[in-house]
Amino acid sequence: MRQVISVWTEDHPGVLCRVAGLIFRRGYNVESLSVGRVNGAGISRFTIVFEGDREVAKQIVAQLRKLIEVIAVEDLTNGAFVERGLSLIKVEAKAGSRPEVLQLADVFRAHVVDIGEEGVIVEVTGDSEKINACINAFKPYGLKELACSGSVAMKRVGFNGG
Amino acid sequence: MPMEETRKMSGAEAVLRCLELEGVKVAFGIPGGAIIKFYDELYKRRSFKHILVRHEQSAAHAADGYARVSGEVGVCIATSGPGSTNLVTGIATAYMDSVPLVAIVGQVATSFMGRDSFQETDIVGITLPIVKHSFKVRNFDDIYRAVRGAFYLARTGRPGPVLIELPSDVQRQEGVLKEEEISFRGYSPDGFPDLKMLLDVVKFISMAERPVILAGGGVIISKASEELIALAEKIKAPVATSLMGKGAFPEEHDLSLGMAGMHGTMAANKALCEADLIVAIGVRFSDRSIGKPVDFATSAKVIHIDYDHAEIGKNVRAHAYLAGDAKKVLREVINALGGINLSSRDNWLKKISDWKKELNLSVEYSGPVRPKHVIGALWEITKGDAIVTTEVGQNQMWAALYYKVNKPRQFITSGGLGTMGYGLPAAMGVCLANGLEKPVINVAGDGSFMMSVHELDTCARYGLPVKVFLLNNRSLGMVRQWQELFFDKRYSETIYSREPDYEALAKSLGAEGWTVSDASQVRGAIERALEIPGPVVVNFIIPQEEKVLPMMVPGGSLKDILTEEDLERR
Repeated sequence: MRQVISVWTEDHPGVLCRVAGLIFRRGYNVESLSVGRVNGAGISRFTIVFEGDREVAKQIVAQLRKLIEVIAVEDLTNGAFVERGLSLIKVEAKAGSRPEVLQLADVFRAHVVDIGEEGVIVEVTGDSEKINACINAFKPYGLKELACSGSVAMKRVGFNGG
Repeated sequence: MPMEETRKMSGAEAVLRCLELEGVKVAFGIPGGAIIKFYDELYKRRSFKHILVRHEQSAAHAADGYARVSGEVGVCIATSGPGSTNLVTGIATAYMDSVPLVAIVGQVATSFMGRDSFQETDIVGITLPIVKHSFKVRNFDDIYRAVRGAFYLARTGRPGPVLIELPSDVQRQEGVLKEEEISFRGYSPDGFPDLKMLLDVVKFISMAERPVILAGGGVIISKASEELIALAEKIKAPVATSLMGKGAFPEEHDLSLGMAGMHGTMAANKALCEADLIVAIGVRFSDRSIGKPVDFATSAKVIHIDYDHAEIGKNVRAHAYLAGDAKKVLREVINALGGINLSSRDNWLKKISDWKKELNLSVEYSGPVRPKHVIGALWEITKGDAIVTTEVGQNQMWAALYYKVNKPRQFITSGGLGTMGYGLPAAMGVCLANGLEKPVINVAGDGSFMMSVHELDTCARYGLPVKVFLLNNRSLGMVRQWQELFFDKRYSETIYSREPDYEALAKSLGAEGWTVSDASQVRGAIERALEIPGPVVVNFIIPQEEKVLPMMVPGGSLKDILTEEDLERR
């Protein structure tokens, strides 16, 4: 089962090594790990997605909490959460196929962020399913290059009583 | 303690000031190029007693032994590169057994970092999985927080080793040492215990007919032995310990079952198999203590009490847990139990006392020397009051089986990592914690002894009364035992084709040494060794085929136990 957790840490050099090292050396299979500064106050936020059962997830959360520079850990898997990733897709789009490629980008609400002689670069955001669908849709035109971010995720706000 | 001065000082002096503020009395180490400034300041300030060892690994083990006996933070010091990598085994040993240790290592100057400079190695990276935390000092202003923080982290919460990397240029950098408050945003070791399941715990205890307490090293770390005894007596539950828990509960107590696990007593292992309730306190359910987790305690409810939340459910599923310092938690449990009505324990305790009779220690002191003779005599002569360190392997298990320990911090052994060569340097640390008058016993095997034998010289230089009782079987006995029992006697690389002249070896390293090959001489030899000042090696020649029994079959459960009788029947 796919597990998603958020980790807030002090923004120190080496924290990435400690967090990643802990997960890798315990043999857990990580699908994605992303990190960035948040809140400006010297805090980094990690989003970690990995394969494992609930017991594995609980163990990872407990082990992460023991790292001195980890401030908080939130296990998102069980509740409702929003998850997004970003991919840059360089697609072949010569004069003949260009209109079709641009139309397809529209379908996925992807932005064209660069255009040139041979092709375009499309930026698409969404959950991993949507991104995969988008990449597959462009495949017939010729994928020249791909760059994908890891997932970032956040618990949904929700409504009282709902 | 207020800071005495606001003058400028070197980084090295600042580190020493912090160590003085921590009250460090002794440290173990070896100087080198990248830590020379630190040692220069130590020469001038004489901040603490420094023990110059013969190998950095011993520095870490000695600091570890010091910490285990005193309960204070042990300190070891090494230079960059090989000095620091030589600490690695010692740091890992301390990590596995939750020992408070601070390792101070030199590093090449910041301007030389990342260029594969002479004696440069990424020691912070290398040790990441085996430290509680580490500090890379990069400026004078980092020093106070790194050093004071290292001690704070090492000794609080679940203790563990902390590494401080000190580049050589920062040791020379000048600055004014400023006091600051030491705290870490995500770390609050003094929190209240998690007692959410206290009512379940009370319910399980009151319903139990065949309870067993399994106590581990956590009880010793929390200084909770008194509370453990109170609980055991209150609920009339027998107590088994893990290897790390030896001494947490008096082994001469009526309710003591001795050690459980792969080479545990029959009483402890049978009790754990037949129990309907296991109250586990400060244990992490290592495979050597419980065998295969899925086959452990299949018919028992498990209550797990541990400081570390991550231990709950890691190896064994707990039906109820309490998380927090064992001393505090046990007090709460005892209070909550109040005037509890217990079911009758007569049958259960009768069964247990029958199992205990099976551990028969009496032997004739004649013929070849056997481990039972040595450890048995040692126990009688010291009345179980000495501090014993062990190496790893058969010697360790014989010591654990036959040397009954009644108090915490008297049985010092590498449990989790199983580090051969640990016991002799650890005994040096024990001497420093214990005062140089009281002899410290190191039960050794020849395989382990030769891994740290050079430290006899350190014992001699500082007059450390380490008594090495060498159970010499000319082999790597535990592996040989496995090969005999489970590999059709294919003794692959476990038997030494020659052996050192241990008497001459001891003599050249400044220790006294002699050989004993007849059981009738065992007592006299031990008495003599304990009377002589300074280090002694008594070389007991034991039969090579001597085995540690009972033994849990590797990969099996606590039910799969081989005994001496089983082997005789084969």
